[in-house]
Amino acid sequence: MGRYVARRLLQMIPVFIGSTLLIFLMMFALPGDPVRALAGEQAVDQAQIAALKAELGLDRPILVQYVSYIGNVFQGDFGTQIASQRPISEVILDAYPVTIQLALFAFTFIVVAGILLGVIAGLKPNSIRDRGLLGLTLLLIAVPSFVTGYTAQFVFSFKMGLVPPNVGLEPSWNEMLMPAMVLASLSLAYVARLTRTSIAENLRADYMRTATAKGLPRRRIVGIHLMRNSLIPVVTFLGTDIGSLMGGAIVTEGIFNIKGVGGLIYEALGRREGATVVGVVTIIVIVYLLASLIVDLLYAVLDPRIRYA
Amino acid sequence: MPDKTADMEKKTEEKAVMPSSTEVPLTLDAGPAPGKPRSLWSDAWHDLRRSPLFVVSALMILFLIVMAIWPGLFTGASPRDSDLKNHFLQHPNWTHFFQADWFGYDLQGRSIYARVVHGARASIAVGVVVTLAVTIIGTIVGMVAGYFGGWVDSLLSRLTDVFFGVPFIVGAMVILTTFEERAVWVVILALAFLGWTQIARVARGAVITIKQSDYVVAARALGASTSRIMFKHILPNAMAPIIVVATIALGGYIGAEATLSYLGIGLAEPTVSWGIDVASGKDQLRNAPFVLMIPSVMVAITVLSFLMFGDAVRNALDPKMR
Repeated sequence: MGRYVARRLLQMIPVFIGSTLLIFLMMFALPGDPVRALAGEQAVDQAQIAALKAELGLDRPILVQYVSYIGNVFQGDFGTQIASQRPISEVILDAYPVTIQLALFAFTFIVVAGILLGVIAGLKPNSIRDRGLLGLTLLLIAVPSFVTGYTAQFVFSFKMGLVPPNVGLEPSWNEMLMPAMVLASLSLAYVARLTRTSIAENLRADYMRTATAKGLPRRRIVGIHLMRNSLIPVVTFLGTDIGSLMGGAIVTEGIFNIKGVGGLIYEALGRREGATVVGVVTIIVIVYLLASLIVDLLYAVLDPRIRYA
Repeated sequence: MPDKTADMEKKTEEKAVMPSSTEVPLTLDAGPAPGKPRSLWSDAWHDLRRSPLFVVSALMILFLIVMAIWPGLFTGASPRDSDLKNHFLQHPNWTHFFQADWFGYDLQGRSIYARVVHGARASIAVGVVVTLAVTIIGTIVGMVAGYFGGWVDSLLSRLTDVFFGVPFIVGAMVILTTFEERAVWVVILALAFLGWTQIARVARGAVITIKQSDYVVAARALGASTSRIMFKHILPNAMAPIIVVATIALGGYIGAEATLSYLGIGLAEPTVSWGIDVASGKDQLRNAPFVLMIPSVMVAITVLSFLMFGDAVRNALDPKMR
């Protein structure tokens, strides 16, 4: 187990370097210039631009910039935001808590409601409730999140007045309910479908018949035997989904006016501030890699036959 | 978005060995002629024609494609003509079927019906071309990795992991902001650049399974060349899982284009796109919700059609679903 974790952590290094390098190259090697963007439409002195670039280290070869950047990141230094002159780590720390609150809320919703719906449908394959749920989840998957978001805002805020349309600076869990549900809707549908398929397939497994023949109570058969065997694909999906939750947060935060990481990326891209974007994405990549490691370790918890060598 | 089909990956890998088993005629099925074995594809086609899900979604997709190619068939109104004096935020006339004022007018006095009809082209083009590109890149990478194994596989698999690790929408946003002019081909390029990983993983899995099958071993023993084995024996048998993933992903790419255009970093005016129209309608949500809702509904219907189509194809190609 310990050796397995160590090996996995080692394997994460090339992927981490590759992903961050990819974003770094896309951000800095492609046309567009953060120093020039500072001046907006005004004409600027070329010498002034060159001096500022030298000061910021933007005149060095791209790979040298990358290596020194990653070196600094490991010391907790993400660089300085050019426009505001604030350390980027501080800017990110300001923006992350709200997004984490939103993502955690959404994630809880995905796990609880998704699995519950999937079990309800999967236990009676091809029944009316199963078909109804499959249709409903297909609809949720097809509708892009900005459509779900604006529809929810229109119906629940503007028409019914149940919840405020926008979220304040220090949002309460109450205010976050609607944005979290909107963010969760897509993944929730996937989790429900995955669970449903998995449960419906395993329902016919030999161990299920054995457990029933042993006279175990139905609750234990479904809750322990069936669930543990059916959740592996669901857990895999949940692990990879954390990254896309962050992507979805950009849209959701925009609709409900939440000041989180989504808005930060969006504004930084507009100002062509590579360092901020790369910083935020670096953290997302780390979260994603750690999540997939946790998922792999969870396999053994769910299925003791899986051993780590 | 397109990264969501972990279940299929598992299933399609199992399926890859299927072709040999489908050679056995299904006795209880009313086939073309008794005793005559059907191939996987004619078997699937036989099922598909009888599936209401397939017929409905195929008709809807056909309708959307006709709309994308000949928008003039549906409306004579121009999507760019604006008449603020007479039509500013004019509400829909739900009974004026196929007329310019059917769905009302937007903030600039442009016919929403005309814009919705003309917007189909961008969405369908992005969806279809990105899917084609992604399928070609992903199949090549997956086949090379799966067939040659060893360090080639390690290298390509790590490369796939790297691209997979970049969050899709965020990555596409980064690429798109670096382009001054964001035409349709730029959006296609950005989505294809990041989207091929899923197909590559599915193709790799399928190829690894097929590589060990008897007919490949036999072909190699007969002295067939690597390229012949790859294109004549492995590729046709690996196509089924790839096509399933690709059709379902197509809907996802259309949704991604709309999302990016909505965020203001996908397509840009004067291109007519549903995503742009949704973004322009968001400030009038309170007093004129139709400006936002009608293009939104079009996106949803289009994505839904392709998803249903993909679902139907998967049911037909996957023997476990029978």
